[in-house]
Order: sequence, then structure tokens, then C-alpha cells
Amino acid sequence: MTDPQPAENILGRGNREGAELFRQWFAQLNQTAEQGGSAAYVFVMGSLAEILRTFNLPVVFPEINSLQTAVRRVAHEYLNQAEDYGYSPDICGYVKADVAVQLRGGQHPMGHIPKPAIAVLTNACNTYIKWAEIWERMYHIPIFTLDVPGTRAAGTQTWPGDPDFENDRRYVQAQLTELIALCERVTGIRFDIDRLREVMRHANEMSRGWKQVLDFNRNRPSLFNALTDGTIYLGVSNGLRGTAEGGRYFTNLVEEMAYKAAHGIGTLTDEKYRLTFVGVPCYPIFRRFNELFTQWGGTFVHSTYLWFASGGTNLGFEYDLARPLESLAEGVLISVRDAMDSMFFQDRALIEMIDSFHLDGVVYHPVKSCRTTSTGMADNRRALMAARDVASLFIESDMMDRRVVSEAQLKNRIDAFFEGLSSRKRQEAIAR
Amino acid sequence: MAYAAGVDVGSTQTKAVVIDEAKRIVGRSLMDTGANVTAAAEQAFLGALHSAGAREEEVEYVVGTGYGRYRVTFGNTQVTEISCHGRGAVEMFPGTRTVLDMGGQDTKAIRVGPSGEIVDFCMNDKCAAGTGRFLGAASSALDIPLDQLGPTALRAERPVPISTTCTVFAESEVLSWLGRGKKIEDILQGVHQSIALRSMGLLRRVGVVEQVTFTGGVARNIGMIAALEKRLGFRMNVSEDSHFMGALGAALFAMDYILARRGPVALEKAL
Repeated sequence: MTDPQPAENILGRGNREGAELFRQWFAQLNQTAEQGGSAAYVFVMGSLAEILRTFNLPVVFPEINSLQTAVRRVAHEYLNQAEDYGYSPDICGYVKADVAVQLRGGQHPMGHIPKPAIAVLTNACNTYIKWAEIWERMYHIPIFTLDVPGTRAAGTQTWPGDPDFENDRRYVQAQLTELIALCERVTGIRFDIDRLREVMRHANEMSRGWKQVLDFNRNRPSLFNALTDGTIYLGVSNGLRGTAEGGRYFTNLVEEMAYKAAHGIGTLTDEKYRLTFVGVPCYPIFRRFNELFTQWGGTFVHSTYLWFASGGTNLGFEYDLARPLESLAEGVLISVRDAMDSMFFQDRALIEMIDSFHLDGVVYHPVKSCRTTSTGMADNRRALMAARDVASLFIESDMMDRRVVSEAQLKNRIDAFFEGLSSRKRQEAIAR
Repeated sequence: MAYAAGVDVGSTQTKAVVIDEAKRIVGRSLMDTGANVTAAAEQAFLGALHSAGAREEEVEYVVGTGYGRYRVTFGNTQVTEISCHGRGAVEMFPGTRTVLDMGGQDTKAIRVGPSGEIVDFCMNDKCAAGTGRFLGAASSALDIPLDQLGPTALRAERPVPISTTCTVFAESEVLSWLGRGKKIEDILQGVHQSIALRSMGLLRRVGVVEQVTFTGGVARNIGMIAALEKRLGFRMNVSEDSHFMGALGAALFAMDYILARRGPVALEKAL
């Protein structure tokens, strides 16, 4: 039997192509800025890229810009500048790094970031609202806030066909109609529903692929590291949503995962512990943080980050192109609601994940500068531990600010966690 | 007769323990860690050997623990102090299900299973408040030796509240109470209660399950024992060797390795 593609072409292709697409995206943003153009500023939890791309608006994700300063180890320069300007050390690091980018006229390690023509946000994060107000004051641009009804109470989720869901959907659709009118005013372009269909078709291809990729990691050994590889996939899922390149990327990624699964090619040569990650990554020591786990044979097979930071598109919701606006409202409602649930009701999802992904442990990573994702973690952890006998680790650091990242303290806790896991596995083996 | 050793390189002091195959402590040594961590580990190890009357070649396995565990260059492997304190506490007090380890810079609450395995743990984070360093600041501000802090605090009649959560600021707060004419014993009792309060927070996070064993250098402080027991509402296990609990746990892990080399039966029998 011969493989249709040689291994050297397909293995690692997702990371290579992802990095290249990411560079191209920032190169385009740089070109827009250099030509005096502007962009739509959006957020990862409900970017509404489907509508914005219909109006040919380039999308800028300030959250991604900010985390890139941390990955490139220059975040402290940006944070210090914002703090010198007057922002408190206790404010979200993403906000402060972005403020510094704006104070620098858009200068960023990956290029020149265009100014906003409009900012679009959802209520998934309370900081989004105050953040957008900064741009409103700086640039006098319109801000559009999409209010997405969240899960009302644990266990009473509504789905299509339910009258309550239909009410919520109509509420979202009415807001999307307002956004379309606003985009027409901002860009001077008439809304074209066929263009929207085309964008949604690409988004469908991406959503379908994204869900398949995530599901592939039920495989033993796991096929990708949810923390490191997963973050690359996540970048593409946000930055290129609604584009032909983005859709194709995920189709290719599914092919890569299928190949790895068929050939038993895992992310680690000796996968001892399968873990899930809850929270936002420690970007100031991104690779090193992961190594603290992999050196024990631990790998992240999943993470709630891949859910909420993809705006819930991990669910794989596919739009019905025959009724685009209705379906878009339905998809946005279901996806953004799920993104919120993966922060606020994560215990239920984790319980399901423990079985289906054969997890040995759950790693909670609350961060100082994100209260939205961190505040409920202690409660969620207690709920999970009450429901399931699973090892868990609670370690604190930050997503941006290396002043509150202590590698020695992290290592000590992670080492103790694995010593406990090892002891637990040994006793389970003796009991068998 | 084979010996095993554990060397616990803490932020303030380095402890070493030598045990025999019956898991009895036959030698122990304690010294300040200082700037040369490796030298402190070696000196503590040699001190414990001398105390045991054993030769270096008779020690078949050495486990390093504590924040400087990777600097125990003559050791065979490393285990975190979290696992070591759990293992040592259960060995010494088999009914132990919760361990409170209070050291120079760290305070840890550890939930353990019947054989000392870690169920859950949490530690003070990025701040030395609620640790031995907090007592060190009070000792410095009040000019009282560390070993007299506890007995002095127990003489308090009207403890003052110490509200700051910062070790550095605590020193200022202690001085301000002195300036307002408060008695030293009342101020010190306030310091002990402040630390006990923070430690209870850590214990509650992992869940307080009896029996509780108090370990680490601060476990020698009778004032701290009293302050903690008052908050807990019951007595804790405290050993004369509480200070050596991490080193003991490390030595027990070292003995596991020795027995494992002899085969699974010997190890399971020992466990």
C-alpha cells in the first residue's frame, strides 16, 4: 500500500502552513496600515467575521496582537508603557499591551497594525466592553456590542426547536441586522447576501474541520498537543475565519490527523499521562511551560482554551446557506453561548471529556490578568473533584506579565502533581 | 544492612536524614543553607552520616528534595518536598490525612492518602506572608531570638491584630504597634494568629481531614502550634523530628529504590 502523500509533506504541515498563513495575515494588515487603511477590531469570543468580511473589512484581533508580544518576549515593554501612561498593574495584560500598541501608532513586533474603523464585541467577556471604550475615546469610532443570551442555569440549555431558543435567536438576528446597517455606513458598501453566503460557506468548511481535528485527539496516542500545536490551529481559526484559505487549511489539517492516526504517530514518543488544560496559556514562557509537562510524559490532549478562544466554533456548527441570516444568528448564539459555558460551566464539559479523551488529569491555570476566565475556577474544580475521582492541578501565573510568572514555583507544583499521578497509577496497577 | 538518605535543601536550612532498612532514623543533621547550596547539602549529608556512625559507601541511595534538590549533586534522584513531607508524615503518624508544612519561604497544605500519596496540595503563592519568613521579620523587628518567639507569644493577654498580608510591611506594622506602647507578647501573639489565619486558608482549600500533622521548621514553635490548634479546634500531630520530615520522606523514597532493586516482593512488603 502506498500513501497518497509522502510523510514529509503531510507531517507537521498544519504547523508550517499555520505559521505561514499567520505571517501572511499580519503582512496584509501591515499593508493596510501602511496605505492608510483601517480595519475592524474584533475579539476571539464571537468575532462576527462572517459579516465583516462581507464588507471587505480586514479583521484585527487585539487579543492575538497582545499575546504575540508575550510569545516574542517583549510584552514587558508594552505593559510598562501602558502602566507609565496610568493603567494599573492589576488590569488585563491584553488590554495594556494593546493600549501601548495604540500609543505607538500601531507599531507591533509583527508589523504595523491598522487603526480601527469599527469595533465589534460580544458580552462573552466583560473586559471587552471597557476595552472597546478606549478605542471609542481614542478614535471616535462606532462600537457594536452583540448581546448573546447565555446559559440561564445549569442543565436547562435550549436548542433549535425550543420556543425559548427561538426568542434568543430572533434577538441575536435583530442585532446582526443592525450590525449590517452599521457596516454599510462605515464602509459605504451595500450589503450583498450572496457574498455573505460565500463567506459562510468557507466558515462552514473551517468549523467542520475544526471539530474533526479536536475529535481526532481521542486517539491514543494523541495526535497533537492542544496547548502548543492547538494554539497555532486556533490562530488560523480566528484570523482566517470565512476565507477560502482558512477553510482549506482545516481540510488539510483533518487529512494530516487522519494520516497520523492511521500510522500511530503521536505527539510524544512515550505518552504516559493524558491531560486537559483549563484556562489561558502562560504565554511569557509558552514553550517552557509545556516542557514542564512533557518531560514527565504528560501531554495536553484537549483544553477549554480551544473552545472559548475559538468562539465556540469547536462545536462544528454549520450554517444553512439557504437562510443565511437566520442561520448565522443561530450559529452565533449556539457558538458564543458555548464559549461562555466553557468558562463558566466547564465542570460539565470536563466530566464528559475525562471519559471520551481518556484523561489522567486536569490542569487548571488561573491567570492574574484575566478575571473572566479565572474567577470561577476554584468552584469548578471543587465541583469536578466532587463528581469524579480525577487528579487535578491548580497553578497560577499569567498570560502576559512575566513579573508574576515564577518558573521555579510552577515546576515544583507540576513535579509534585506528576509524583502524585505516578503514585496513583502504581496503586491502580497493584489493585488490578 | 543498607542505609538510605534524604537531603532536604530548604530556602533557610538544609536537613539530612539517614535511615536503616527498618526505616528508623539513625542519623540526622541540620545547618543553614547559605549561598553555596551544593556545599550545604554535602555538609548536611556528611553530618547525618557521622551522626549515624555510617560510612558513605553504606548509603545505597540518596534522594534530594526541597527547593535546592537539583543541587544535591551526589544524590541519585529528586522528589519534591510536597511528596516527601506527605510520605514522612504518614510514616511517623500513620493516621495522617492532612499535612501542614511551614518552612522558611513556603507554607504547604497537603492532603495525603493512607500510604502518603498526594491527593491534593496548595501552597502560598509568590509571597512569603504566612511562612517562617514572616516570623523572621517579627524576630528582627522586636529583636527577639526565633526560638523565643513562641514562648513569648503564649504570655500574651491582649493580642493585637496584624492586618497586613505583606511580610515586608508586617515589620513596619510591628514597629508601629511598639510605638503605640503595646506589649511585645501581645504583638507577637498577633503575628502568630495572622500566620495561622493564612495557613487555615490553605488548609481549607485542600480540605481539613484529621489527623493533621504539622511539619517544617516552624513546627518547633509552640506559639504557632497553639495558634493553629485553636483555629482547628483539635490537636495536631507534632514530632520532635517535624523539622526533618521532608528529609525523612526523601530517605523513605530512597529506601523504596533500594528495595525495588531487590525485586517487587521486597518493595511491596515494605510498602
